[in-house]
Amino acid sequence: MYCATLAMHSIQPGLLANLVQTPTLSSSNPHRLPSTVAREDEHLLVAAAKGGDAAAFEELVNRYERKIFRLTMNITRNREDAEDAMQDAFMKAYSHLDKFHEDSRFYTWLVRIAANEALMRLRKRRPNQISLDEPIETDDDFIPQQIEDWGPSPEQRFAQTEMRDILRGVIEELTPDFRIVFVLRDVEGLSTEETAEAVGISEAAVKSRLLRARLKLRQKLDRHFRKGVKQ
Amino acid sequence: MNCDGVVRRISNYIDGDLEVSVVEEIELHLKTCRECTILVQQTKLTVTLYRDSDLVDFPKEVQLRLHETVRREIRRQKRAT
Repeated sequence: MYCATLAMHSIQPGLLANLVQTPTLSSSNPHRLPSTVAREDEHLLVAAAKGGDAAAFEELVNRYERKIFRLTMNITRNREDAEDAMQDAFMKAYSHLDKFHEDSRFYTWLVRIAANEALMRLRKRRPNQISLDEPIETDDDFIPQQIEDWGPSPEQRFAQTEMRDILRGVIEELTPDFRIVFVLRDVEGLSTEETAEAVGISEAAVKSRLLRARLKLRQKLDRHFRKGVKQ
Repeated sequence: MNCDGVVRRISNYIDGDLEVSVVEEIELHLKTCRECTILVQQTKLTVTLYRDSDLVDFPKEVQLRLHETVRREIRRQKRAT
């Protein structure tokens, strides 16, 4: 409702704080959203934040904090680094709001900042284990060897907590270069172009790594889901 | 198209990122290849499972520290201007 109200007014600092239902940082309503959805009013919050409305920026933090932490955790696999990367990402976003062009999504811009922060920390911690700048092209390591039916739906065969443990264990086995592309594309819902920009590789490399990441994950899940492994 | 061709295009096929003629070739192959059909289904399911599962907890203390940091930064910048 307040979208329509705001659309009729030029946004003044403070106005949004009076209209948004949760104008200050709040832990009770984490605003969980599907990855591919940015709320329609995002640009209004950004415009208000740019105009100096701190509450509007805090609302953006509320909205995306979980998703950004999930992203930095998925990249770094280290809680301390993930937290630092998330904090720095939000602080940089606030400091550089004037440089944000509103023809793109704020969330995508924020993800790029957070991915860069997380990647910097990952590179520092594991300088020899990732090669994010050059495509990794080998043809021999992802062709499935043996395909077998997984039987009845794995989602119904495994309890939710058990499924989470399996998925978490399997994705941790992926090397960072594959994991990052998979997380940005398939978990966070970025486009190929946005992922390429965030990671600093070509779109062709994104597609190549995504193919391999998906097939590797399928192969690893096969150990758990293959018919007969669990009744 | 053979199995190898399907495997190499499976990701773009799932994403709907292929020419119509290539999609038709893949689907013609899938009609007669059980293994590739299973592979497509399982790869799609893999993506769906990860997309729909939130595997990372967001601890309360991490959230509180973030809020504190953001508020401090906002105050600092307001003072600076």
